[in-house]
Amino acid sequence: MSAITDQITAAKIPVGDAAETAVTWLQINAGWLFDTISDALNALIDGVTFSIESIGPIGMTILFTALTYALQRSVKRCLIVALGMLFIINQGYWDRTIETLSLILVSCIVCMGAGVPLGIATARRKWLYTVVEPVLDLMQTLPPFVYLIPAVIFFGLGQVPGLIATVIFALPASIRLTHLGISSTPMALTEAATAFGATPMQRLVKVELPSAFPQIMVGLNQTIMLSLSMVVIATLVGAGGLGQPVLNGLNRMQPDLGFESGFVIVALATILRVMLEVRKA
Amino acid sequence: MNTRPPPRTAVEFDRVSIVFGDRPDLALPLMDQGRTRSDIQSATAQILGVHDCTLSVAEGEILVLMGLSGSGKSTLLRGVNGLNPVVRGEVRVRDGDHMTSITNADPATLRRLRLSNIAMVFQQFGLLPWRSVRENVGLGLELAGQSPAQRTVAVDAQLALVNLSQWADRKVGELSGGMQQRVGLARAFVTNAPILLMDEPFSALDPLIRAHLQDELLELQKSLHRTIIFVSHDLDEAFKLGNRIALMDGGRIVQCGTAREIIANPVSDYVADFVAHMNPMAVLTARDVMQPGDDAAPQSVDAETPVLQIMEMIRDGATTLAVTDGGARIGTLTPAHVMGRLVNPRG
Repeated sequence: MSAITDQITAAKIPVGDAAETAVTWLQINAGWLFDTISDALNALIDGVTFSIESIGPIGMTILFTALTYALQRSVKRCLIVALGMLFIINQGYWDRTIETLSLILVSCIVCMGAGVPLGIATARRKWLYTVVEPVLDLMQTLPPFVYLIPAVIFFGLGQVPGLIATVIFALPASIRLTHLGISSTPMALTEAATAFGATPMQRLVKVELPSAFPQIMVGLNQTIMLSLSMVVIATLVGAGGLGQPVLNGLNRMQPDLGFESGFVIVALATILRVMLEVRKA
Repeated sequence: MNTRPPPRTAVEFDRVSIVFGDRPDLALPLMDQGRTRSDIQSATAQILGVHDCTLSVAEGEILVLMGLSGSGKSTLLRGVNGLNPVVRGEVRVRDGDHMTSITNADPATLRRLRLSNIAMVFQQFGLLPWRSVRENVGLGLELAGQSPAQRTVAVDAQLALVNLSQWADRKVGELSGGMQQRVGLARAFVTNAPILLMDEPFSALDPLIRAHLQDELLELQKSLHRTIIFVSHDLDEAFKLGNRIALMDGGRIVQCGTAREIIANPVSDYVADFVAHMNPMAVLTARDVMQPGDDAAPQSVDAETPVLQIMEMIRDGATTLAVTDGGARIGTLTPAHVMGRLVNPRG
């Protein structure tokens, strides 16, 4: 037995060494790129944070409630959103919520900004989807802590590595759902558009995207929920936000801290879901 | 008699072959040998769409492509606006005072012809469900770059024509099937395209609505004078709408002519079977059921006398009738022969 296992372990496949070499190489040779990305993302996060701060807690409550009414036309949903916001303010977690909300919003901007075009591209080219799909599987199954390590090496501590980890975790959802929506556009509709003289771009904008819109919105919703589920993990690399009290509570064995911020995260998730959910007409 | 110039050609199918698959070059020689679709498919994995179809459609004519499912009628139709690419031969359509090849058109020309010369109506309607009726009807004009303000007059006029004005702002999903297809018709009419392709447009509708829309189409055609190529698997529909009918089988045109020509002289058993259930009384005349040759019969009828009238004369005791054409006697009618022709037109 041991002779056989010795045989197998004798020539270890250098997975770890390869990863380390790659990370070191990237750190040396692509440092300028990571710095640029880091600066851009930081600017984006700061901008969003500043906007939420200047609107203020009451302003945001009104804004979210109004947005909910505009999107859902339901008084009940508006009530849930307003009460949820008031609960967050009531618990005294508004400042932490701003940090988390900024992270989620920027994650949504990045995920949708990259995911929708990629979803369209993979729906157009079958070979591309065959190439991309295993990568998406990897992104969704690799434990986040694993890519948190190079994220910190490349981007240092702070909100950016938290954001990168969040995007890696959430991006596959928007790509997959956009791909599904575009490629399940009924042939009858795209053909009708072609028969009436649509250019490929017109077909995309006037037929395929509207047809895929419900799926794309589900993708957005998924992105928000997946981003929220990364809140605590992002805190580990210094992203701050609502995960911080949870971590502190864990370190000091303080259930009150954990549950307070835990319920605030749940409230935030509920608000965003109730606000943006796509319902069948 | 007024002397109108003969109508110009609107659509020309010039030995058109369509093959589904990536190696049509393998299938074409077998198609030329007259092999069947299943033969060709098992030999080359290519699917015969249509083979060597030649047909010319005049301006203002309704031509019906007719056949069982799989006969290639829709495939041929979709060659006219390039939805199905033609692998050999050519489809040409009227483009002002000349004919332009669809088959060899560059993308810009193809798009121009689709925008302004060729409109299409689909069996499954092909309406955009998230849009209102008005937005659906305006699709062609919108794709041509017209602003909502520019297209509103034409769209509303078209909606009035198909009696959908009060539904203009509803979503198409709220409409019944018959109304949805009226939206489809309006969408096709509104671009003023002179050529209209109709791919079994009424097949998904129940029989009463279907008959109603057929009547509406004929009524509209009286004022619009479009060139219509209409695909149908329903013989009654074909004979009701078509000025001429092209019967297709296995991807090939087997006979093309007026209802009368087809009923009087079916070229094959397939065609004869197809038209066996049609009532020939309405379309045949003395010329179709006579025996050629001169005969000194006491009574005579004109060659264009409907068969129904001849049957009445036979019932009233006529035994032999001479058939005249412009004074000349060209044939004879006997009860037995008339019956024989009606029972079996190929006999």
